[in-house]
Amino acid sequence: MSEQPNEGATAPGGVVIAADGLTKRYGKAYAVDNISFGIRRGEVFGLLGPNGAGKTTTILMMLGLTEISSGKVSVLGHDPARQPLAVKARVGYLPDSVGFYDQMTAVENLAYTAKLMGLDLAERTRRIADALLRVRLDDVAHKRVATFSRGMRQRLGLAEIIVKKAEIAILDEPTSGLDPQATLEFLDLIRELKAEGTTVLLSSHLLDQVQRICDRVALFKAGHIAMMGTVAELSVGVLGAGFVVEVEAQGTGIARRLATIPGVTKVETVAPERFRMTAERDVRPDAASAVVAVNGALLKLSVHEPSLEAIYARTFQTDPAGGGVRHAA
Amino acid sequence: MRREGSPFQGLGTVFVKELSDNISSVRMLVLELLILLTALAALYGAIDSLRQNTAEDPFLLLRLFTLARDPLPSFVAILGFLIPLMAIGLGFDAVNSEHNRRTLSRILAQPIYRDALLMGKFLAALATLAVNLAALWLMVIGLGLIFLGVPPGTEEIARSLVFLVVAIFYAGVWLALAMLLSIVFRSPATAALVALGVWLFLTVLWPMLAPAFAQVIAPPDPRYTALGLDTPDTGLWSLFLMRVSPNELFIEAMQAVLSPTTRTLGAVFLEQLRGAVMGAPLPLAESVMIAWPQMVGLIAGTIVLFVAGYVLFQRQEVRA
Repeated sequence: MSEQPNEGATAPGGVVIAADGLTKRYGKAYAVDNISFGIRRGEVFGLLGPNGAGKTTTILMMLGLTEISSGKVSVLGHDPARQPLAVKARVGYLPDSVGFYDQMTAVENLAYTAKLMGLDLAERTRRIADALLRVRLDDVAHKRVATFSRGMRQRLGLAEIIVKKAEIAILDEPTSGLDPQATLEFLDLIRELKAEGTTVLLSSHLLDQVQRICDRVALFKAGHIAMMGTVAELSVGVLGAGFVVEVEAQGTGIARRLATIPGVTKVETVAPERFRMTAERDVRPDAASAVVAVNGALLKLSVHEPSLEAIYARTFQTDPAGGGVRHAA
Repeated sequence: MRREGSPFQGLGTVFVKELSDNISSVRMLVLELLILLTALAALYGAIDSLRQNTAEDPFLLLRLFTLARDPLPSFVAILGFLIPLMAIGLGFDAVNSEHNRRTLSRILAQPIYRDALLMGKFLAALATLAVNLAALWLMVIGLGLIFLGVPPGTEEIARSLVFLVVAIFYAGVWLALAMLLSIVFRSPATAALVALGVWLFLTVLWPMLAPAFAQVIAPPDPRYTALGLDTPDTGLWSLFLMRVSPNELFIEAMQAVLSPTTRTLGAVFLEQLRGAVMGAPLPLAESVMIAWPQMVGLIAGTIVLFVAGYVLFQRQEVRA
């Protein structure tokens, strides 16, 4: 295997993680089967898929924590199989349902990992205080972690990544099991990370939050990447359209008139006076004028943003192996 | 494929953290008290009988270690029984508890190799045991000084130091076994039960079973039996099988080192006695030579068990 060029790691907007034909076999079963993707510096990338689709395995291969069966992956220009320390020094990882040493305080827990990172005492103390402040755990800094809620533990895990000043933050199911308030707070913290220029790799099966913060997503399905791109791109690819506009109007011939609007691919009559249009763009103004043109009475006009939920459901519906949809619900 | 970076990076950090965990844990406190109390009882017995019988013994201090008075066994025998318990107590949940607390992947995502984690845990536990054994050793010498009033000679101190080192490696065997089991079994309870099972089997059942197996392998010769003697072959097999148990190795090594008059461990052949002055003590180096195979056995056992655990740990999946 040749040395990976380092320029991807330094160029702004360059590719920081590049996977090429990455494969993980357990015996004859493929946990991850020949996937390739590139993650650009500074973006929030979502790994999306049901449990057991290979998301965590992919992450562990990127960190050099599990052996790669074939293919290769380069993280910040390093090969995690051969230079795991170089990779792990610059990449932060928040595992699925992260654990801490319960008998130790938040600060002690962070101090232990900070020492493993090789930070000296002064640097450690400063960074830990900063990080705890940022994740709003400064008031419980000297409490034992045993008393922490799940949301606090997840934030403490994020504090560890902040202490590390990681260039890439890999978050595995960071918000599963959190209450809505804690989820919102956590998503805000992820946005702050992104604002600082950290590349964030997020694995999740919770669709709406992935949609809310991810720039691009990769849809995992039984070890493959079924699809990759922005939510809008996927939406066009899967649903045949990016936007769903609902029109409620009284009048005759509205459905026929709506269908003639350029960009509209389909018009359904949901109820006697309700129509659902799927379109490649936001066609609300055209719909409004169309209704007015046939002397109809426009009662309601609404647009549904392209929904990952729909994309996801469509992708996994067609295949009996896509039973993971249940998990996502 | 060669990996880059030192496997020892982070070793010191893990070592210090684990050591402080071990020393401050309630579990360790209980084990220490258990050993301390039984050891004190044994020493009391030994001191009491030594004071009543102050014959001219050049190795008075060493007698403290080996003298048994009914109903209590000697200090060394008690340690031979309890050191494994202490080592198992320290090692049985070393790795699986990290899995169960879900801290393993978080720690291994730091820039260290798994080597550092396992080695740090092992060395910290071994250091904990060493500190405890050294404290016990000092206690014996201190009590000897106070109650017997005879200052120990250089050779006595040297021999008791050999005792200390061998005891640490004896603890190492059991520690490595317990850690191996903590890697194999995901549940700490299972690992602890299996470790305790092995310990009870080797220290209690095996001494009874080994002679029985020896009789199967080398049936007693009726000619010897008629004379009321043990058949040499059966005896050798029995000893050979007994030595599978680390406990037996420890007791034999201690016998050679702490009783300077010991000339051989196991069967005595006539040629070994040629020119021997019965009852005369051997020099330290000779005593160590006699116990050398046993000591090497203990050291090798520690290393083999640790390496087995190491290999398994390297291949283990990190995810819970």
